[in-house]
Amino acid sequence: MSQVNRIAGSSKRINRNRTLTFSFNGKEYQGFEGDTVASALLANGVDVVGRSFKYSRPRGIITSDSQEPNAIFQVGSTQATTIPNPRATQTDLYQGLTASSTNGWPNVDFDLMGTVGKLGGSMMPPGFYYKTFMFPQSLWMSYEHLIRKGAGLGASPQQNDPDSYDKMHHHCDVMIVGGGPAGLAAALSAAQTGARVIISDEQNEFGGSLLCSTQSIDGQLPSQWVEKTVAQLSDMDNVMLLPRSTVFGYYDHNLVGINERRTDHLGEHQLQSTRQRVHKVRAKQVILATGAHERPLVYGNNDVPGCMLANAVSTYINRYDVVPGKQLVLMTTNDNAYKTAIDWHQTGRKVVAIVDTRAASNGDLVNKVKKLGIDIFFGHGVIEVKGSKRVKGVDVAPINATNHSVTGPAKHLACDTVASSGGWSPVIHLSSHTGSRPVWNEEIAGFVPGATVQQQHSCGGLEGIYALSNVLSNGFATGAIAAQAAGKGDGSYVGKAPKTSDPQEDASMALFHIPHSKKTSRAPKQFVDYQNDVTAAGIELANREGFESIEHVKRYTALGFGTDQGKLGNINGMAITAKSLGKTIPETGTTIFRPMYTPTTFGALAGADVKHLFDPARFSAMHKWHLEHGAEFEDVGQWKRPWYFPQPGETMQQSLERECLATRNSVGILDASTLGKIDIQGKDAREFLNRVYTNPWSKLGVGKCRYGVMCKEDGMVFDDGVTACLDENRFIMTTTTGGAAGVLQWLELWHQTEWPELEVYFSTVTDHWSTMTISGPNSRKVLEKICDVDVSSDNFKYMDWIEATVAGVKARVFRISFTGELSFEINVQANYGMQTWKAVMAAGEEFNITPYGTETMHILRAEKGFIIVGQDTDGSVTPQDLDMDWVVGKKKEFSFIGKRSWTRFDNKRDDRKQMVGLKPKDPTFVLPEGAQIVFEKNQSIPMKMVGHVTSSYYSACMGYSFALAVVKGGISRKGESVFLPLSDGTTVEAEICSPVFYDPKGDRQHV
Amino acid sequence: MLLIHCPYCEEMREEEEFSPAGQAHIERPLQPEDISDEQWAHYLFFRKNPRGLHHEMWLHAAGCRKYFNATRNTATYEIMETYKMGQAPRVTANEEGQS
Repeated sequence: MSQVNRIAGSSKRINRNRTLTFSFNGKEYQGFEGDTVASALLANGVDVVGRSFKYSRPRGIITSDSQEPNAIFQVGSTQATTIPNPRATQTDLYQGLTASSTNGWPNVDFDLMGTVGKLGGSMMPPGFYYKTFMFPQSLWMSYEHLIRKGAGLGASPQQNDPDSYDKMHHHCDVMIVGGGPAGLAAALSAAQTGARVIISDEQNEFGGSLLCSTQSIDGQLPSQWVEKTVAQLSDMDNVMLLPRSTVFGYYDHNLVGINERRTDHLGEHQLQSTRQRVHKVRAKQVILATGAHERPLVYGNNDVPGCMLANAVSTYINRYDVVPGKQLVLMTTNDNAYKTAIDWHQTGRKVVAIVDTRAASNGDLVNKVKKLGIDIFFGHGVIEVKGSKRVKGVDVAPINATNHSVTGPAKHLACDTVASSGGWSPVIHLSSHTGSRPVWNEEIAGFVPGATVQQQHSCGGLEGIYALSNVLSNGFATGAIAAQAAGKGDGSYVGKAPKTSDPQEDASMALFHIPHSKKTSRAPKQFVDYQNDVTAAGIELANREGFESIEHVKRYTALGFGTDQGKLGNINGMAITAKSLGKTIPETGTTIFRPMYTPTTFGALAGADVKHLFDPARFSAMHKWHLEHGAEFEDVGQWKRPWYFPQPGETMQQSLERECLATRNSVGILDASTLGKIDIQGKDAREFLNRVYTNPWSKLGVGKCRYGVMCKEDGMVFDDGVTACLDENRFIMTTTTGGAAGVLQWLELWHQTEWPELEVYFSTVTDHWSTMTISGPNSRKVLEKICDVDVSSDNFKYMDWIEATVAGVKARVFRISFTGELSFEINVQANYGMQTWKAVMAAGEEFNITPYGTETMHILRAEKGFIIVGQDTDGSVTPQDLDMDWVVGKKKEFSFIGKRSWTRFDNKRDDRKQMVGLKPKDPTFVLPEGAQIVFEKNQSIPMKMVGHVTSSYYSACMGYSFALAVVKGGISRKGESVFLPLSDGTTVEAEICSPVFYDPKGDRQHV
Repeated sequence: MLLIHCPYCEEMREEEEFSPAGQAHIERPLQPEDISDEQWAHYLFFRKNPRGLHHEMWLHAAGCRKYFNATRNTATYEIMETYKMGQAPRVTANEEGQS
């Protein structure tokens, strides 16, 4: 098909020397460099580009900008590069571009759902989903799936994105959003003060409305003024120009988020640069020059392809040399849209008539049109469009806007295009992002930015200033004022504003919804939100059903819920709500616009922070050894810890049993480097420990270690670990692996905010040390072989630590035990970790030293009833609940953190959940962790739950399964049976017992 | 995203460097054992939730690791001032909950 609608125009915005071939829905077309997909499709005479969401009606291109609700495509040729839902009106054409409609099945021209929709449509009122599909709720997901398959939204890529993305951070004096006449003027004016200026625009080139305007500036084409101004700005070192850069969000404290599309217009997967770049700009002052969007009018069958915005028609003609039809009917409430009729007429194609809803107008443009001999119907409206896949004609009738009625018989006019203009809506989205409420401006019948706490200015169309000369002078003035507020210049523009003469315009009419001779509910569908098929009748029905708040109307009807975020339809929807409720638009109010302004890809937001850069991983110095020895790993915080070390052919359970038995019977070794370590120094260090730990520290001598429990002020356990006294005023505290950062922050909080008088210093030294724990009856024999100090039980007692040389490396050795076996924890400087580990392994070879991971550690400690904070506790467990009152100092002078709370009423209840052991009646059955516990087996549901399992394993050493659990009043219920109703419907029985299963007297760790 | 002035570093830094640490100016009772459960509960659990000015603590977590105070408007997110631990705010609301 040739470009039937491309005329021999003179636009410099397209490059006729470069023809681009692309495909849409499997057919090949041609366009030119500079086209958007939308302009190229219109050039080729493609009318139907999609099907509507609910009714499956054929839809065509309506706009030329970010408002587009219909031409939403799937763009990209592979599952890796495909992009769901970009707007064809904002998608630059490139050679080989592949696009398809996101909806319509089997295809947009013959749509099966369309047939269904025509029948089903009348049965799909607003709130349809709520009314029909919500019950039973369990089936909603499958309903939704079917609905979406029929109606269709874009599909996510199925393969990894091959492109790269990045981010940049900027600070500037003045950030200008929008590169139309106001923005460019503001940029020039601000930049001339020497202020650092960034100006961004979402289009492929700067100029905004001037790119398709015919109004001369300084006697030249407006595009020439744009070229000159952009060249001037480019030459200034203090100005950064960002075309193809959409400001997607305006955040607190003047942070502006911009997505720059760097290679999207060149083709898929371009390697010369990152595909998109997010700029985060902290600006001293922000100027919003986002302009205005034209509003369509709401009339019968206003969605038939060929119905477009007046300004969009002008844009396609003037910017792309594309006339999207042969015979035009223009409906307008204002003088401004008469330009479209003039533009159309000048292409040599026919303007059938102008339908003006006002009684009369004597503006310059109107008079010009009269001279061209074009028919004007004043006081009329297009009440209904005829046609299905393309406009075939319109019914035009006299209307009374005040009482919303048709006052005379309709006249039929044959045409193939209907352009409509209901005036302009300032693009207030960004100004609303920071919470500023827009205010209604009666004069322009639109919302403008309201009061804000941001350092923000707005100018041009956004302020409701539409005449070009005013827009320019307003832009220059605003640029200078913003620069001054940023500390540059004296607030006045020093240059000369260019000359342009605006046509005199008569007042426009505030009209949104064109009446029909039938009442709205009986009239042909009058679409408000095209993307979600929300009609005027639907909104009125929602109002009748009691939805009066505009936020409720929005959610009930889905008005503004599409990917266009209601850009095209929201104001009309609000106006219809206001009319049906007998309120004014400001009384009805607006919904709140939030980021993103237009959809932004996840790739851009993630930038380079993907895969291993997304969240850093931490490795111990022995990680490579673990890898070489086949370890399976577990994530503990950011750490990668060996979970278990399977030997060839072993199941996980077999590995664990082997590791447990080896440790209990000979010797095992654990990489414990990840435990948090905080070096605490200062003359008040000891007193500080007394205050943050529950147990006393006053008498802990140099060379001794002590286990401690930390509580929050509410008395609940939040961390535990061993702290050793290195010197009179120096301690090393160990914390849980996951809790290290939180504990340090906790210590700093108390020191800085409550007890700054204590002289104490904290330093995290977790990464300074490599820690290996050798555990088991043969662990001393291993250590003796490589240690220069006597480590016999007489010389090196349980809960002591010594300085020694281990395998030639200076080490701190702690005789502490988390397994209940004789254990030594060898700490060496981290960079000697691997060497020492290998030496220990060599020394242990004759004892079959066995590396074990976190899972075996968990089993061995649970056999001893040692808790793991965060697994056996959950922030609601006191030391008393854990039967660990022995860890609470009774004679400490200072009322340490947590103490006061234990005497609170709730913490003294004797039916609190308390930690106990559980022995399943079936000794081979491992209770699921998290299983709920009940006292009575035969209860009706919901059963009275009295606790849950916190840790549960099979013990190879003891030969039976066991668990730790919390049970209400459990400490005094030892010997009693409890029941665990499981998710598979079975119930198992277990006996409450002591949580210390293995070696209850602790002989083994003391040998 | 807030821009926060650290009174110790004396610089405006991005919110990413900080973490919020709750209401400011809560003093731990000097003799916890001498006060009633109700008074203790007030210290433990009761916090203001004003629409408007709020004095709150922040931690310069990825910076100097100091806790400091800020006076922030919870409705507009304006930060009126930041000040060091132990100092009194210069900006205060007339009545609780008023901005």
